[in-house]
Amino acid sequence: MSPRKTLATSGRVLNQLRHDPRTLVLLFVIPSILITILRYVYQGNTAAFDHIAPMLLGIFPMVMMFLITSVVTLRERTTGTLDRLMTMPIHKLDFIVGYAIAFSVLGFLQASIAATVMLGLLHVTVLGGAVPTVIGAVFAALLGTSLGLFTSAFARSEFQAVQFMPAFIFPQLLTCGLFVARSGMAKPLQWFADVVPLTYSVDALKQVTTHTTWTGALTRDLIVVGAFALTALMLGSATIRRQE
Amino acid sequence: MESSVKLKDLSVTLGGRVKALQNVTVAFPIGKTIGVIGPSGAGKTTLIRSIVGRQHITSGDISVFDLPAGSPALRRQLTYMTQELSVYSDLSVRENLKYFAVMSGQPKKQIKNLTSNLLKEVDLTDKADVLVSNLSGGQKQRASLAVALIGSPKLMVLDEPTVGLDPVLREKLWDLFTRLASEGITLIISSHSMDEANRCDDLVLIRDGKLIAHSSPDKLRSQTGTKTIEAAFLKLVGDKE
Repeated sequence: MSPRKTLATSGRVLNQLRHDPRTLVLLFVIPSILITILRYVYQGNTAAFDHIAPMLLGIFPMVMMFLITSVVTLRERTTGTLDRLMTMPIHKLDFIVGYAIAFSVLGFLQASIAATVMLGLLHVTVLGGAVPTVIGAVFAALLGTSLGLFTSAFARSEFQAVQFMPAFIFPQLLTCGLFVARSGMAKPLQWFADVVPLTYSVDALKQVTTHTTWTGALTRDLIVVGAFALTALMLGSATIRRQE
Repeated sequence: MESSVKLKDLSVTLGGRVKALQNVTVAFPIGKTIGVIGPSGAGKTTLIRSIVGRQHITSGDISVFDLPAGSPALRRQLTYMTQELSVYSDLSVRENLKYFAVMSGQPKKQIKNLTSNLLKEVDLTDKADVLVSNLSGGQKQRASLAVALIGSPKLMVLDEPTVGLDPVLREKLWDLFTRLASEGITLIISSHSMDEANRCDDLVLIRDGKLIAHSSPDKLRSQTGTKTIEAAFLKLVGDKE
């Protein structure tokens, strides 16, 4: 593996997006707008909003990075660029880790903007403060990127890749504890929630919201999310073959 | 005579059913333009992918400069341009060249020079900072070709590099291919156009995954007593059926 080639790949991916300002604006602005809308949905119940809003920072980066990564890597497969790269003297990890870094950077920017809006303009109380909030969101972004890299291998078209979002992410979204506390769900769903990563991503943000200190549970959540991301990256790397 | 690429009894079955290539045995010379010619669906792309090491082969052997196809050492000696352009359409020509130059391991100091030389080579200097998506078809092909020139390859494998181009541009590209071959580079170029076959030093005709003929254009015409490669192709196919 070569740091130079890895970073060149990150730079290249970010450069591609830089030439696509509309995507960038959507990426950076949409989460903040959605959180703001939700604030006025909960007009009469700001306590409930304070509870839910930070959790969204564990969800938005994951969902958006999942979608973008799926489509971008699928394009690499269908436009021949991956074919070309695979005949070059590179390590597959130069490619995969390059992607992970690029989208973590985007996730960081996205989360920073959303956290600024949430904490600064909407005055949501997050006991843990801004830094762990953004850390939790970056982990969510990394998770979305690695799952996107992995699942895009199973999509034959961009249509399919986009459909993987409701297929893979929505079940996790419904059971992650955003709508009702997980302990109130049917048992099988609790088991399901226990083994999928979004639960931990959302729980991490919940920990940050409700504790002034860095808790052991927060560390555990981030380790679980990180481990899922790493595993998906490894699996994603395995789906990219030199020889097909 | 030494060979650049040797295929021995190569067979490739795609998806467990489609016999894309059947028992192809052929050896290509060094420093020549070699045309892989055949109708669409003949197995040209499968043959090309096998040579660059991207294709899982069912049986047989492929060696490239005496190394098994797909060997890591070959990644510094051959370049590959796929049928689908294989450049990033949302990057400029220069950004594409820079990225692929880094990935192919070119020294940092030389990248700027290399990039401007390549742009000159394919006549895209004035389009260097235009996004590939905004280029014409011919310019896109040339941008992709420039990437295939990175790293002074010994072997360039080009899958239908001239498809859809106007005759003038096609002629220009063939002049470039011929010049590159005269500099000692081996070029394997697939095409479904029989006209282009005339420009090659060496020809491989394939149809339905089978090798029909391997010869120079002149020999092929004289052996079959025909005037054009197209007629030669038809005669050869007719003889076999």
